[in-house]
Order: sequence, then structure tokens, then C-alpha cells
Amino acid sequence: MEELVLRFQQKDMKAFEQLYDMYSDQMKAVVYNIVRNREDVEEIIQDVFVKAWNNAGSYSAEKGRFYTWILNISRNAAIDKTRSKDFKKGKQNSDATFFVDIFESHDNLDKKVDAIGIKKYLNNIKEKCKVLIELIYFEGYTQKEASEETDTPLGTIKTNLRKCISDLREIVLNR
Amino acid sequence: MIMNVKEYIESGILELYVAGALSPKENEEVYEATQKYPEIKNEVEEIEKALGVLSTSIMPVDIPIPFDVIKKKIEEQGETAKVIPLEAKKTNWIAYTGWAASIILAAGLFWMVNQNNELSSDIKSQTLKNAVLEQQIVDANANLDEATALINLLREKDITPVGLGGQAVAPDAYAKVYVKKGDTKVYIDALGLPEPPEGKVYQVWSLKLNPLTPTSIGLLEDFAEGNKVFELENDNESEAFGITLEPAGGSESPTLEQLYTLGVISATP
Repeated sequence: MEELVLRFQQKDMKAFEQLYDMYSDQMKAVVYNIVRNREDVEEIIQDVFVKAWNNAGSYSAEKGRFYTWILNISRNAAIDKTRSKDFKKGKQNSDATFFVDIFESHDNLDKKVDAIGIKKYLNNIKEKCKVLIELIYFEGYTQKEASEETDTPLGTIKTNLRKCISDLREIVLNR
Repeated sequence: MIMNVKEYIESGILELYVAGALSPKENEEVYEATQKYPEIKNEVEEIEKALGVLSTSIMPVDIPIPFDVIKKKIEEQGETAKVIPLEAKKTNWIAYTGWAASIILAAGLFWMVNQNNELSSDIKSQTLKNAVLEQQIVDANANLDEATALINLLREKDITPVGLGGQAVAPDAYAKVYVKKGDTKVYIDALGLPEPPEGKVYQVWSLKLNPLTPTSIGLLEDFAEGNKVFELENDNESEAFGITLEPAGGSESPTLEQLYTLGVISATP
């Protein structure tokens, strides 16, 4: 993994392709959760990975995970899109529709390996986990922003998120 | 870094780390921890994986974007990025050459206009000098002609010089009259006469001595100019000549008080 990222930083197209295969679907979901339409996802994801390639030299492991880096680029690109003038229709209020709602609105889970587990997880997800994962993971809130948004102390945000994701891991990673 | 690894993991900082919710400083601290403790690194990777699975699971539809699409975009942008500087370089050379040529041309034109103006001005001054020189030549030729005529006159066989001496008014004055036998023309050399005062003019008289009868034969007009040799008509039987100073235009009879010079023609030359 580290080697793959290193090769990407040196503008190795093959390494970049592997990283794309690993992360593009996840980024599509993150972007989709924000823009909520197919066309914008296609456009934004292309832009995100072209941008990632162009800025390969500016990435460094000390600043964070490659995964986190590409996640940040994706979220920012999607949020920029919702702020742009041509994004007038579609989802505007993120409080109203969470990632969970997308899940509940479709039956595309059969193809997914962890579909059953995820379904179980999301069916039993606590409200606070729903909000925390939405804000911090899908929308890129900082710990402080999430704390203010949810009227929860900073430390509690951390431990709650820890608990929410541990539950997720129990299910999806079969532990 | 001394820390309780389990406590560190349980704090929830790694979830925030993966989600990108930490400050740059905290990110570096977590990075160092992952480098130092494999358990922490492993934990980070699992969080990452779980969130990834969660993400892909919520997608309602497949949105296939082949990597080739991305690659093509990158390559196209690479081509334009490569092509543009090349074109820019070429264009620049042409532009620079053009500009350079324009500047040289402009400078050249300016220089030529300057040169042209200078030459025109030179020609003007030369033309002027030529005119002056031509005039001098004309004048010199005229002087030469006059001098030659004078010399020829003096050398003629039948010429008789008559010296006119200074009188009471101007003892130092003198003049010469040249009389040619069988010719009515007489020549007055008035070099020895002083410049006449303003409004006055010398008048030349032909004299019969017995009885004394003066007859005007002319005025020495424009005295200041020329070589002071005057040609006058004299059809009198002259015995002597006198020159008086008279008011401008001359007088009927000579003003004897203003007799400057007087001389008698020798009986036999």
C-alpha cells in the first residue's frame, strides 16, 4: 500500500490505476451522498482523480492517509458543485437526508458482499451514529464543527464515533 | 512518544484521522504513532476498510467510470500542456523577431529621416554658399572687366591724362580726367576725392579759360560704389576741368567756394 502510494507520487500511471480501482467506488458514494445525481457524480469523480494525479507531488503521508486525501478532494468537489449556480435542483438540506436514507431507498444491496451485514447494521444504527458518520465521514465536518452542530462535547464526539464505527467493523469485517 | 497504545486507539482519534477531521498537527502526530506502533497502523487500516465498505454499500446505482476515461483526460491535458508551451515558444519567436524587426525598422527609418533632414539642410546651406560664391564670381568678373577696361583705356594711344589739383576747400584732394582725342567720352578718376557729405554730389565742369566759361558735363553719382572711375559725355572744346561739391541733383553754375579740384589740359600732349 505504501509502495503503491509512493509510485503514484512519482506519477506511475499503473499505480494510480490500482488506487483508482480501490477507491473510486467509495468516492462515488461519498460524492453521490452530497450531489444526489448520477451526472454530477460522473463529472466530479473524473475531475477528482485528474486533480489527484495533477497534485500527486503535493501529497505526503505525513499529512494523512491517501484514502483521507482523496476523500477530502471528493467531498470538497461535491460541496463546491452544490454551491455552484447550476446546482439548483436536488438535495440542499443535508440534515434532512442522510446516507442511511439512500440505503433505505434502494434494493441494490444484493450484489454487495457485505450487503446483509450492512443492512443489519443500518437497520439498528443509533440516531447519534447516523448523524456522526454523516457529518464527519460523508460531509467532512471537523470534530469541533460536529461538536457544535450536535451540541455534544468534543471528547464525546470522539468516543461516540469510535463506538459507532466499532459496531460497523464488527459486522462488515466479520469480527 | 510514550503512550498507552490501547488507550490511544480507544480514544477515537483514529476514526477522526481517517475521516479527515483532525488538524494538520494532529494528523502528523497520528502518522508518527502509526509508524511507531503497528497496532495503531493496523487499526487505522481497518477503520478505513469499514468506512469504505459502508460507502460502497449505500450506492443505489452503479455509475461505471472506466479508468481509461480518467487516463484519457490526463493525457489530453498533458498533450495540451505540452503543445501549448511549444506553440507559445514558436509564436514568441515569431513575435519577438517581428518586434525586433519593427524596432530596427523604426530606428532605421528614424535615422534615415534624420539623415535626410541633415542632408537637405546641408544642401540648402551649400546652395546658399554657392549663390554667394557665384555672386562673388560675377562681382569679381565685373571688377576684372572694369579694371581691364581701365587699363586698356590708359594704354590707348590717343589718351590724355589731365591732373586736377586740390583747391582751397580740400588741398589734399586730387582727381584725374582722361580725355581721348576724337572721342566725346571722358573718364574721371575720382579716387583722390573725399567721400561727399550726405545730400551733396560732385559735379564735373568743362572749362573754357578765356573767358572762363564752365559747362556741366555730369555728376559723379553713387560715389561710394565701384572703382571711382566715371565715364561722362563731353562734347565741349575743353581747356580745363573742375570738380565742385554741389547740392544733390547738381547746379546750373559751379559753386566756386566748393571747388575741390581744378586742372588744365596741356596744350600739346
